[in-house]
Amino acid sequence: MLDSLLRIIALTIKEFLAVLKDPKSRISLFAPPIIQCIIFGYAASYDLNHVPYAVLDQDHSRASRRLLAKLDGSGVFERVADLNRASDIKPWIDDAKALLVIQIGQNFERELMNGQTTTVQLIADGRNSNTAATASGYVNSVVAAFNSEIRASKGEPPAAVTVVNRVWYNPNLESRWFMVPGMIATLTMLQTLLLTSMSVAREYEQGTFDQLLVTPFHPSEIMAGKAIPSWIIGMIQATLVLIVAQFWFRIPFAGSFVTLYACLGMYLMATIGIGLLVSSISATMQQAMLYNFVIVMPFILLSGLMTPISTMPPFFQTLTLANPLRYAIHFVQRIYLENAGLDLLISDLWPLLLMSIFTLSLASWMFRHRFT
Amino acid sequence: MDAISGSNIFKTFRLGAVETVQALVDVTFNIRHGTLTALVGPDGAGKTTLLRMVAGLMSPNSGRLEVLGLDVATNPQAIQSRISYMPQKFGLYEDLSVQENLDLYADLHGVSRKDRSERYPRLMDMTNLAPFMDRLAGRLSGGMKQKLGLACTLVRSPDLLLLDEPTVGVDPLSRRELWEIIRVLVKEEKLTVLMSTSYLDEAERCNHAIVLNNGKILVQGPPEEVSSLATGRVFLADPLAGQPARNLQARLFDAQDVADAVPEGGQVRLVRQEQGQPPFTDTLAGLTLTATPTRFEDGFMLLLHKTLADAHVTLPALSPTQATVLSQREVVIEVHDLVRKFGTFTAVDHVSFEVKRGEIFGLLGPNGAGKTTTFRMLCGLLGATSGKLRVAGEDLRIARASARKRIGYVAQKFSLYGQLSVIENLEFFSSAYGLRGQRKRERIAWAMQQFELNHLARLPSGQLPGGYKQRLAMAAALLHEPEILFLDEPTSGADPMARREFWRRITAFAEAGVTVIVTTHFMEEAEYCDKALIQDAGRVLAQGTPAELRNRADSHDGRRPNMEDAFVAIVEASRGESALKANQSQ
Repeated sequence: MLDSLLRIIALTIKEFLAVLKDPKSRISLFAPPIIQCIIFGYAASYDLNHVPYAVLDQDHSRASRRLLAKLDGSGVFERVADLNRASDIKPWIDDAKALLVIQIGQNFERELMNGQTTTVQLIADGRNSNTAATASGYVNSVVAAFNSEIRASKGEPPAAVTVVNRVWYNPNLESRWFMVPGMIATLTMLQTLLLTSMSVAREYEQGTFDQLLVTPFHPSEIMAGKAIPSWIIGMIQATLVLIVAQFWFRIPFAGSFVTLYACLGMYLMATIGIGLLVSSISATMQQAMLYNFVIVMPFILLSGLMTPISTMPPFFQTLTLANPLRYAIHFVQRIYLENAGLDLLISDLWPLLLMSIFTLSLASWMFRHRFT
Repeated sequence: MDAISGSNIFKTFRLGAVETVQALVDVTFNIRHGTLTALVGPDGAGKTTLLRMVAGLMSPNSGRLEVLGLDVATNPQAIQSRISYMPQKFGLYEDLSVQENLDLYADLHGVSRKDRSERYPRLMDMTNLAPFMDRLAGRLSGGMKQKLGLACTLVRSPDLLLLDEPTVGVDPLSRRELWEIIRVLVKEEKLTVLMSTSYLDEAERCNHAIVLNNGKILVQGPPEEVSSLATGRVFLADPLAGQPARNLQARLFDAQDVADAVPEGGQVRLVRQEQGQPPFTDTLAGLTLTATPTRFEDGFMLLLHKTLADAHVTLPALSPTQATVLSQREVVIEVHDLVRKFGTFTAVDHVSFEVKRGEIFGLLGPNGAGKTTTFRMLCGLLGATSGKLRVAGEDLRIARASARKRIGYVAQKFSLYGQLSVIENLEFFSSAYGLRGQRKRERIAWAMQQFELNHLARLPSGQLPGGYKQRLAMAAALLHEPEILFLDEPTSGADPMARREFWRRITAFAEAGVTVIVTTHFMEEAEYCDKALIQDAGRVLAQGTPAELRNRADSHDGRRPNMEDAFVAIVEASRGESALKANQSQ
């Protein structure tokens, strides 16, 4: 038992030496998570501002100017053109110079004054459906506010039911608050998978694995010696992303560090299990790298980071159940933003535990039977 | 006019900021048209540098080098269009077939369709590759790869052919075939060939030999001139009754007044330092010496010994010879009817042998004969398809992990951690074998001293010179004092000095009771073994003591057959038989 422990420690020390001695590999372990997190924090945002729009105002009335002033004053929209003819609309949209065109008909003010219902036409560029939908939503809320002002000015009662939005845990609905904590799980997965699978594949490729196999190392000891350094390095990388989230993006951490690290530890076990599985089927570093590319994309797409899982087709929703990243993003966001305790996260933790047990034991079996 | 003429060539390389290496020092030489010249010398002597310079790939720092009448420094392009150069690691595309590789090189050299149709059949005829045109280059044996490399180098008809160690890692049969190709080229096509080699018997077959050491030319001229340097100093001596020749060889190798000693035909061949003087060491005094004709190797070793006299290596002391007769020792390795198949291909075909404690057992065979596969099965790295095998009483494939403490394994390719330093590697492997505390420190200190690694302790092992990598790998495999040592091609690519040093250590370990299993391409190294086995196409062709194996070859041209003759005779006889059987069954 002691012998076995000492062997695992020796292998762990060797792994750390191999990774940390080379300045290049030292930097490549810790710089990319920080840089990627910062890039993601800025680039991956669904929040719109400076949306270019054009106006075809055929009414030229005080009412139409008031509506347009509200749009311009919202801070979201930026008027790029005032059009004169309906035929001008197409080129502006086609050339993507304007994302939206708002057309106000010539009877706009008259109909409003007569107490009739009038319409404003909104033409949006649907080639980017996400942005178009979000921008249309903004226009709707501006128009709704305009409506209630008109009603109030005419002394009419306000609409019977109105919705008052109060967004919890992210009061300003900034998508960065959602994305960056998700990065703690995502970036750590990318790096851990690569580190684990490459460290084993490198040994196959350079013939050192044979040399290990003729020593008294048991395959499970080799696995432990490979898993422990990856686990520790993964934890450090997660910490780096956490620091960027708090001190660079200033996203307040609401939860408990103990809970977060306990959950991350479990998650990393499952990730390392997958990394070891990848390495057990690859003969060279190139193959390991390729397999990583193949599996990482589905893991991210099916994680709920980019698109909500609930909007995926049922089959793919089922697939996400086998994705450790899905659970990790979920628990990180809940701990980070709403201070969820372990009791609330059981549903995320037991699938990760199952995955760790499954992948690690399968990888251990593969290691033993690889050479027959 | 000479094909190559160099005068007072100097070349220095930078190693880091201040350190420099003198690769070539005042080299002056001439090579005539239509001759075959051998460039010999230990590792790092400057052979490759000189070849690359002749190929126009670098220019001298000072001095003048003319190739085919053109100055290398000013006309490298013009020279390159008229020569062919085959580097040590020839760039074959392993995923292309033999035909595709040939076509690729023909395209690169702009060989016309018409020339190809004349050239290809001739190349195929010389290399015997015609039946394998569609096979992927990656799936050829080592010898066939070298032949294909040579064929690709010769797709056009050069005026000068440069070959850098073309026969390294190639078995004796393929080596003879390669030599036949080169001989035909020189004789029939009047090609000028300059080749470097670490096989000294090859130098003997050349018209001209240049011996390099530390960048300087020690001697140049016809090979007989080098041989004659040792005239009157070469003798054969008989070992003590009941002892292997290597014990006497090791003692003679250590002796002050002996320049070289190797086991040969059950005796020991020795080259005395000085001619005629009475012996002044006891080892030499008690022996009956029979004079024998000199050969190139004797002269070469005598030359090098003089330059190495100051830097003599300290080798492990030999323990007092044990009186145990080999036949009374216990069997430690037992292999019975061992078979290993990969799909339909049988790599190891019903192999049986036994090895006793303290024996040196050699596995010989051409490339792809199944030696490494047999080895990997013995070490437990590969499962057997059928048959029985016992190493120290256990099958390592299924035995508990601690049983592996009893063996040490040195792979063919350097397989320690290149990023880690020498000392870090040794610390890791000692922990892997469960050494700790005082004993761990002692064993590491022993290994550093024994293999003279102390001055390199902090260097990343990947940056060690070739010979030191080999030493470190041996050191790591011996830290835990294994009973059995497995060595896969330990001397492949090593120069004659390094090989003698290696065997000197092995002899000491065997005397201390370590059982050694070794594979090798160098047939004369079988003379160091107690028993050897010759394998081809997976099957055992012959096994026995070196004397028994030698006796399987006929003596022709009045010369006693050496191990290589025996090997070639045995393998060819067996291949002839199987060809005959195949014909009969059709």
